[in-house]
Amino acid sequence: MFGLDRKDTALLAIVALLTLLAPFILNPFPAGSAMAQFNAGYPDLMQRFVIFGIFAIGFNILFGLTGYLSFGHAAFLGVGSYAAVWMFKLLSMNILPAIFLAVVIAGLFALVIGYVSLRRSGIYFSILTLAFAQMSYALAYSVLTPVTNGETGLQLTLDDPRILGSSATADGSIPVTSLFGFEMRSATELALGPWTFTFSVGYYVCAVAMILAFYMAIRIFRSPFGMMLRAIKSNQTRMNYTGLNARPYTLAAFVISGMYAGLAGGLLAAMDPLAGAERMQWTASGEVVLMTILGGAGTLIGPVLGAGFIKYFENIFSKINDNILHGWFAFMPDGLEDAVVFLLHPFIGKGWHLTLGILFMLVVIFLPGGLVEGGQRIWAWVTGKNRRSAKKRATTTEPAE
Amino acid sequence: MSKNSVTRRGVLKSGAVAGAGVALPTIFTASSAAAFTNEPTGSSVTLGFNVPQTGPYADEGADELRAYELAVEHLNGGGDGGMMGTFSSKALQGNGILGKKVEYVTGDTQTKSDAARASAQSMIQKDGAIMITGGSSSGVAVAVQGLCQEAGVIFMAGLTHSNDTTGKDKKANGFRHFFNAYMSGAALAPVLAELYGDDRKAYHLTADYTWGWTQQESIAAATEALGWETVENVLTPLAATDFSSYIAPVLNSGADVLVLNHYGGNMVNSLTNAVQFGLREKQVNGKNFEIVVPLFSRLMARGAGENIKGILGSTNWHWSLQDEGTKAFVKSFGTKYGFPPSQAAHTCYAQTLLYADAVERAGSFNPCAVVEALEGFEFDGLGNGPTLYRAEDHQCFKDVLVVKGKENPTSEFDLLEVVQITPRAQVEYAPDHPMFAGGALGSCNSGA
Repeated sequence: MFGLDRKDTALLAIVALLTLLAPFILNPFPAGSAMAQFNAGYPDLMQRFVIFGIFAIGFNILFGLTGYLSFGHAAFLGVGSYAAVWMFKLLSMNILPAIFLAVVIAGLFALVIGYVSLRRSGIYFSILTLAFAQMSYALAYSVLTPVTNGETGLQLTLDDPRILGSSATADGSIPVTSLFGFEMRSATELALGPWTFTFSVGYYVCAVAMILAFYMAIRIFRSPFGMMLRAIKSNQTRMNYTGLNARPYTLAAFVISGMYAGLAGGLLAAMDPLAGAERMQWTASGEVVLMTILGGAGTLIGPVLGAGFIKYFENIFSKINDNILHGWFAFMPDGLEDAVVFLLHPFIGKGWHLTLGILFMLVVIFLPGGLVEGGQRIWAWVTGKNRRSAKKRATTTEPAE
Repeated sequence: MSKNSVTRRGVLKSGAVAGAGVALPTIFTASSAAAFTNEPTGSSVTLGFNVPQTGPYADEGADELRAYELAVEHLNGGGDGGMMGTFSSKALQGNGILGKKVEYVTGDTQTKSDAARASAQSMIQKDGAIMITGGSSSGVAVAVQGLCQEAGVIFMAGLTHSNDTTGKDKKANGFRHFFNAYMSGAALAPVLAELYGDDRKAYHLTADYTWGWTQQESIAAATEALGWETVENVLTPLAATDFSSYIAPVLNSGADVLVLNHYGGNMVNSLTNAVQFGLREKQVNGKNFEIVVPLFSRLMARGAGENIKGILGSTNWHWSLQDEGTKAFVKSFGTKYGFPPSQAAHTCYAQTLLYADAVERAGSFNPCAVVEALEGFEFDGLGNGPTLYRAEDHQCFKDVLVVKGKENPTSEFDLLEVVQITPRAQVEYAPDHPMFAGGALGSCNSGA
């Protein structure tokens, strides 16, 4: 179906099902129970899961296929966000033109940066992209303040023109982003016994965008173009000797992955119309590298898992405080309770970086193929095909060098 | 490898699946039974404390969180009540807010607008927070204020000093208790003129972002009005850690005062550089060379160590004040944590009490009712003397402190000495003052 073979169709169907049912899957604990702290099924976080999933899928097209490690991919995300917010300010609150412009601008930006950076490979390429991204960050943070509103970030105001829409709603507030009348903020709650599930329009818009982006990625992975990119990764020198010029292919991959980042940036702005300079900072670029490696570079679904994993820690673990811990361990005797809370304290709240770092180390040491490899090992263990599939596994996961 | 063969059956199958996928999201439409966002229905009410727990302002964030925990304790009737006893409004009973027990959730802003908004979103969408407060930079304050306006909850700003928060980026659902750059200038300039004379030549080093600019603009305007001359304003990149190359030209410019419009680590580094260059021992134009740091905090003073001694600046509040409110607050904070609170802690504590009190007086958690109760509210007893929450821009107007790095500190907390308490009348300005023009409050949003 959709021009895919059976295995890929099944993968796409699984991803589609998981994304569309995410409001149920991510809210496994009844609201009000102690475990509800770990629920991630609220619109903002679900949107972040899929948007950063798109970002990581795009990054993986460059890194996973060609092996070119870009350390400045957040610049395209940021440029996309700024483009989208400007569309909301000038044109209308409909998200389609905003996302379209975000993708186009990010693509053009990637073309320029890629044209220069791709003259080098390996570490020099990484450093060049990092330099360009930090340059964009510095420009957005202070020099280009009339365009980007600097540190404060670009926001909508009541006196924006919005020539195809209205500057302000009838009751004097800023209009909200929408898709032909469906407001991104609007949500429906479904209560089933003690469980509450939230379905938001914004999330489903992002989810559909991610499924399309995932489908595109599968097609690219399976195309002759994708094969050419893999050839560049395995031995570029040999390709040059056979008379093939690799540059147009790498540039195309770079621009495509830049456009994915632009799409992610545009969607971020569409869900929450704000664009801040720190979206372009090197930490944000590093984050997408982590997502891809954590999930499994070069695999189709890995980057999406990695994105979800990191965003989950950032948003859920950072919100656990000592108070909540005391609540959990209240059943223990006082001294023991305090001791347990004391031991866990460095890993929660402001220590979420530490927990994430430890988990990242564990994954890199024991699962070089990322979470995808973990999944495959569990699957092999469950089905008892451990020995037979050992060889096959080596061909399905292609960890970063 | 690609499979590009198109069959009739393939197209039909693909079309049907794609159609179903596109149709799925449209069956969900908006509906909300509550009267306003996160209306508390149970026996408790949740507040969201969104502070920097990691990043450059983690120290301020930690102190803010301590103050919030203390405020919640006092609101629920625990502890000694702190400033609730000295607060001029007696609506708070110590039984929570409107009889509902106060609970709270915390989050990490990372001092990044994006992360701060994500954290605030999760408080609103997941935890059902009815009010968001905190933050230690103006960028974050403006970003979260915008979000709260959209979502229909109240935002009580923490430490934010830029004019924009209640100027061009003001919002109907947002309130600021902290003072701003204009007030710093208006309070500081007369003291500077009195101590250093009114024919000084000032050289500005300014952090190159929104807050730095508004600060520089405010200080330059206030000092020029008293006869000073601004020789030059040099913008320094925010990431700079070594300011030597910016300090050297100061000596040749003919200026006799250096104004450092820096905050946090920037200020600690630039001040250290300036002192190391021996600027303070210099004589220029027959006068002693002076250094001024318009915005001060105790946490920054601690970072600058010896170099801060004798340097003039302004601050929102200091624990050594002798009014009843301050004494009560310092006592209960000190009892609980063992050291005096910072100005960030003070403003956050005051904001929580002000919000709770406004809900009690309004008799409702509805954001629009709370906005009405806070607008034009006059109060006293929260450590800054008689204060007004101005209706036009949701900015608090109160006395501002001009402080100086203490020459002989008695402890690591006793680093600042109050030079003058500038009366409120001197730092007031019209709501349409050019430095604050360009924005609109809009109308309050309850999310209904």
